[in-house]
Amino acid sequence: MSDVVERTLSALPALLGPQHPAAGPGRLPATSRLGSLIRSITALTSKHEEEKLIQQEIASLKAMVSAPTTTLRLMKECMVRLIYCEMLGYESSFGYIHAIKLAQQGNLLEKRVGYLAVSLFLHENHELLLLLVNTVVKDLQSTNLVEVCMALTVVSQIFPREMIPAVLPLIEDKLQHSKEIIRRKAVQALYKFYLIAPNQVQHIHDKFRKALCDRDVGVMAASLHIYLEMIKENSSGYKDLTESFVMILKQVVGGKLPIDFNYHSVPAPWLQIQLLRILGLLGKDDPRTSELMYDVLDESLRRAEINHNITYAILFECVQTIYTIHPKSELLEKAAKCIGKFVLSPKINLKYLGLKALTCVIQQDPNLALQHQMTIIECLDHPDPIIKKETLEILYRITNGQNVTVIVQKMLDYLREGKEEYAVVTLAGKVAELAEKYAPDNGWFIQTMNAVFSVGGDALHPDIPNNFLRLLAEGFDDRKEDEQLRTYAVRSYLTLLEEENTFYPQKFLQVMIWVLGEYSSLATDVDPEIILTRLHSLLKKTFVTSDTKAWIMAAVTKIASRTSCSKTIDKLIKEFSSSLDTCMRQHAFELKHLCEDKVLMKNLLPFDASCNDVVVDASLSFLDGFVVEGLSHGAAPYKPHHQRQEEKLSQEKALNFEPYGLSFASSVSSSGITGRQSPTGLSFGSDTSGNSAETGHKETNTLKLEGIRKLWGKEGYLPKKESKAGKPDEPQAASCDNLLAGRVTDPSASQSDQVSSFSEEEKEKQQLASTLFVGLGSNAGVSLMGKMDVATQKFKRKSKINETQNSEEASDIQNSDASTFGPLLDTVPVNKEDCEGNKHTRLRKPSLCSSDTVEDNLAFETPQSLKKPGLNDRLSDSRLSPLSLFADSNIEIFQPSSSALCESANKTSSVPSLPKELEELPHSEVVELCQSDALALYLCKVWKDDSLLLAVFASNKKGSALNAVNLVFEKAEHFQILESPAHQFSVIEAQSVEHCQKYVWMDKICTQGILPGSISYQSEMESCLEFSVTLSLLDFIRPMEMTTEDFGKLWLSLSNDVKQNIKMLPSQDSLSAALSTLQQKLKLHIVDIIGNEGILACQLLPSVPCLLHCRTYSGMLALWFRSPCSALPDGLLYQCQKVMEES
Amino acid sequence: MIKAILIFNNHGKPRLSKFYQRYSEDTQQQIIRETFHLVSKRDENVCNFLEGGLLIGGSDNKLIYRHYATLYFVFCVDSSESELGILDLIQVFVETLDKCFENVCELDLIFHVDKVHNILAEMVMGGMVLETNMNEIVTQIDAQNKLEKSEAGLAGAPARAVSAVKNMNLPEIPRNINIGDISIKVPNLPTFK
Repeated sequence: MSDVVERTLSALPALLGPQHPAAGPGRLPATSRLGSLIRSITALTSKHEEEKLIQQEIASLKAMVSAPTTTLRLMKECMVRLIYCEMLGYESSFGYIHAIKLAQQGNLLEKRVGYLAVSLFLHENHELLLLLVNTVVKDLQSTNLVEVCMALTVVSQIFPREMIPAVLPLIEDKLQHSKEIIRRKAVQALYKFYLIAPNQVQHIHDKFRKALCDRDVGVMAASLHIYLEMIKENSSGYKDLTESFVMILKQVVGGKLPIDFNYHSVPAPWLQIQLLRILGLLGKDDPRTSELMYDVLDESLRRAEINHNITYAILFECVQTIYTIHPKSELLEKAAKCIGKFVLSPKINLKYLGLKALTCVIQQDPNLALQHQMTIIECLDHPDPIIKKETLEILYRITNGQNVTVIVQKMLDYLREGKEEYAVVTLAGKVAELAEKYAPDNGWFIQTMNAVFSVGGDALHPDIPNNFLRLLAEGFDDRKEDEQLRTYAVRSYLTLLEEENTFYPQKFLQVMIWVLGEYSSLATDVDPEIILTRLHSLLKKTFVTSDTKAWIMAAVTKIASRTSCSKTIDKLIKEFSSSLDTCMRQHAFELKHLCEDKVLMKNLLPFDASCNDVVVDASLSFLDGFVVEGLSHGAAPYKPHHQRQEEKLSQEKALNFEPYGLSFASSVSSSGITGRQSPTGLSFGSDTSGNSAETGHKETNTLKLEGIRKLWGKEGYLPKKESKAGKPDEPQAASCDNLLAGRVTDPSASQSDQVSSFSEEEKEKQQLASTLFVGLGSNAGVSLMGKMDVATQKFKRKSKINETQNSEEASDIQNSDASTFGPLLDTVPVNKEDCEGNKHTRLRKPSLCSSDTVEDNLAFETPQSLKKPGLNDRLSDSRLSPLSLFADSNIEIFQPSSSALCESANKTSSVPSLPKELEELPHSEVVELCQSDALALYLCKVWKDDSLLLAVFASNKKGSALNAVNLVFEKAEHFQILESPAHQFSVIEAQSVEHCQKYVWMDKICTQGILPGSISYQSEMESCLEFSVTLSLLDFIRPMEMTTEDFGKLWLSLSNDVKQNIKMLPSQDSLSAALSTLQQKLKLHIVDIIGNEGILACQLLPSVPCLLHCRTYSGMLALWFRSPCSALPDGLLYQCQKVMEES
Repeated sequence: MIKAILIFNNHGKPRLSKFYQRYSEDTQQQIIRETFHLVSKRDENVCNFLEGGLLIGGSDNKLIYRHYATLYFVFCVDSSESELGILDLIQVFVETLDKCFENVCELDLIFHVDKVHNILAEMVMGGMVLETNMNEIVTQIDAQNKLEKSEAGLAGAPARAVSAVKNMNLPEIPRNINIGDISIKVPNLPTFK
């Protein structure tokens, strides 16, 4: 039948209507406009002419598309031409709306072009895209498969996030479509939705599972995209699917698929790659899951034997998976062999991948690098820069104290070849890192850093010069060592500056200048006059920016403070006192005044004090007298900058000082005078930008001096210091044996040195290898890896500031501890009697930790405990008030498994109960967080009106008292603990329970999050237990009472909204039933119900409102959320869907 | 994910550009230029992968390319794609073009930009690989072409014929295989009372 139709179809065009000009593929449409356009473009010679021609073309297109007489067929042709113009980079936004119209109105062929143009022209946030939604909806419902396919394709390319609910049900339906191509594209569209709005597809996860089980392989393969993404985010949630993935892979590898799926006789290679990736993610750090996949990985390795690109792709993926999952030695061996095959391959692509694999595994298995050392050496000189770069990456990872000189040399060689800027920057950063970590001696270190600065140029990450200067300034434990390093630096920079007409990057210049200013006096044999002359000559160079000039002036000032008198300084002052550059002029004046008072200058600029803390009088109390005097003389009181500006705006007539003020302020700050942390600097800056009249009398010597001081004050120069200082540094070895790597003979290298008849070149390579791979791997007799790392850590940073800050913070915390927790403990006495009474009446399964699993967990309770409903209530979401709490005491007795029973029987420790005043509030069951031999930790959530209260009970199980029990909650991304995150119980008596309370808010919205913490205590030895508390969004939702009017007002003022239709179950067919479900389970407040519409309100603690409007129609419940916070509606919608499905 | 697919000729003239991640118009043009700059200066006997330019996202992204006669085919992908896999995907793409256009050449790509995009849409959808089987792609394209061509010619055809065409479904190679009983266990959801 279909044959007949097809034949008819192919005959139809010939019979009906005129022939198309653009008929067969391959033939050029001689008459088409596009053809002539392209022909004329290719005939052109210059970019300018092309531009002119295209502008002409666009103008004519513009006229044509907007002409009412243009037929759709003509429009289609216009669109193709527009696509061409856009591809060349010419704006044609006038056509966008017509593309949408074409997609809407055209026949299949025109529609297709319309959709194509839309997907090429528009982006996700384009406003016109909303006009497309209707068309997409219509086409999704079409009976014509081609139309459905087109709609799905456009959806997966671009679709506005907020319109997803409009098409989601339609696309869900398509998952049941009889044609596999439709199902497959529907899955892809859902994947797109998952990427842009994961919350909105949360409720259809079981449909993804169905897609995974689809009888068609294509659909299953498409669903893997979604799974890969979901597993990447949360692998623990999908461990149960491991077996299925393994099974699928086994069947694919085993050739169970139809021959159609073969590519170069390899069965479905892309599918295999995808599955291997998923397995890698699932098996990571999980021995049990990894166990399941060993077999299939082995088989994959075995089967991939044909010599074709695609088999290597599979092999590479296998190797990566094997190294990612929990290791199995047998497989690792095979994988290592595989890597060898890659590395040794003559095919350059494979070699590259081999190197990449080596880079990944080298830290796990340094021996592998030894095996392939000769190949690595060869790759270092490879003509392909990509290969070279990857090789350097390997070397970077195997660097140690012995081979650092050679490796860094190789890296610098690469850098000097001048590749793309970003590559240079990253590599320069690596060199700096290695140099700092493993430098064998001072000279080498300074030379290397010089190379980094000069090659890296000004694109260098600012941390690199900052760290370097800090290292010099803070020094090491050994004073003599410090001085040597500094002196070496000074001499090296002097030599560099000696050369006339050499260009250095600004950052390098600044480093040199700072070092000269700070430490030039260490080089006692150099006349300061010479240094000053050098600096002076630099000032006149054109390539020196004004920024750098400010550094020079600061350095000159410092040197001047140490010399008696200098001709150069006098000359300099004279020269710049009349400079047109206000900034330089100011520096010159400052220098002049300072030089007049040498004693002050010496005090102001003590030698090598860049790391000393400067005590700043932040309140500026020393100016009080001045201010009082000013006020008594009738001066106006000080107004902050913003206030002055407001006033200025209100009286437009006033003279505007803005341009001068602003430019002055910016030049001041760019020169680095105002560190913005100095109070004087601040007031100075704001004064100048605000009112120049005020600057006049504030420009006193002392003020300016304060400003300058900051230049080499810590904050001024090294703004990023604090952020990096936290980096853990390895302890410095007392003695630094400055062994050059080359001198160390490497046993492994000599082993491989069996054949003596090497050519000269090969010998060189051997030698290089021996220097590169020295101290690597176990072949070297002793494993040097760990030891050398520690021993050669030459430059250890002393982070003085950080230490002091830390200690301050620590004392802060202690202070707050003392103040906040003292009274708290008093007000909440521990109910010891309760605990004691309960001790033997309750048995529970250990390790309950999340509130959501509470219901699942076995709660084994003896009949006695039933008599106390207040203590034994089960967690129930519907419980809102103490009243419903009692009503809901239908306690079920679970029969725990025998093992659990034994276990719990052994642990007849007391389960604590809440103090009386909390017991009356809605609260969860007391669950165990963690326990050890000595201590058990329990948690109870109390849903207070203004916060979530976590009551934590620490129960001492031992016969002796526990001392110094410290409970600390770690900082969690989503939650904020009010007051302090720590609590200390000074002592917990034997067999007793202490408890503390923490109030928590949700900081960042998430449906569920984990609040980790730990408790440490002193029994025989110091022990520490870790635990985590799972908190869900619902823990932080409270009803919000308001009137209908208030609701209306608030509704209009809120901007973020989310709409979604959900199906109502027969059990809750009425609106009121549905609303009461929401009220009970989500703690929403029902504001009003009118007809088939209802409004509800709730708030996220502390006070973020969320409003909900519900409407029922034909078995559907339309939910419409609004909130000032964008993430809250999504989170609540998810919870709504969950409870509506469950009830 | 595939970030972008670019085709340009030896002189850097773009022949096809498709972006699956949003970049502004200007950036798109710069990416094309930058990519051409990076790719064109590579010799013939070096590897087909290189790190992406700064604009497309730096070293997290890879450029995977093949050079055919006058054209460069470049796929910009992130780290979640297999390099060799993409390299063969390019091969599949080119072979498919060759089949659809009968000896494809640069001019075909210029004059049938829309068709090339359609073929590409059957292979890559929203940045993810959809289909890698050449025969399957060609079948889909042929079927659609036939359908469209006939409809386009049906301007004044009797209504019955039109509806016959519209209801005709795409041919489908029987590919339903039994993937075994993947007994997917639904995870134990907590029972809510």
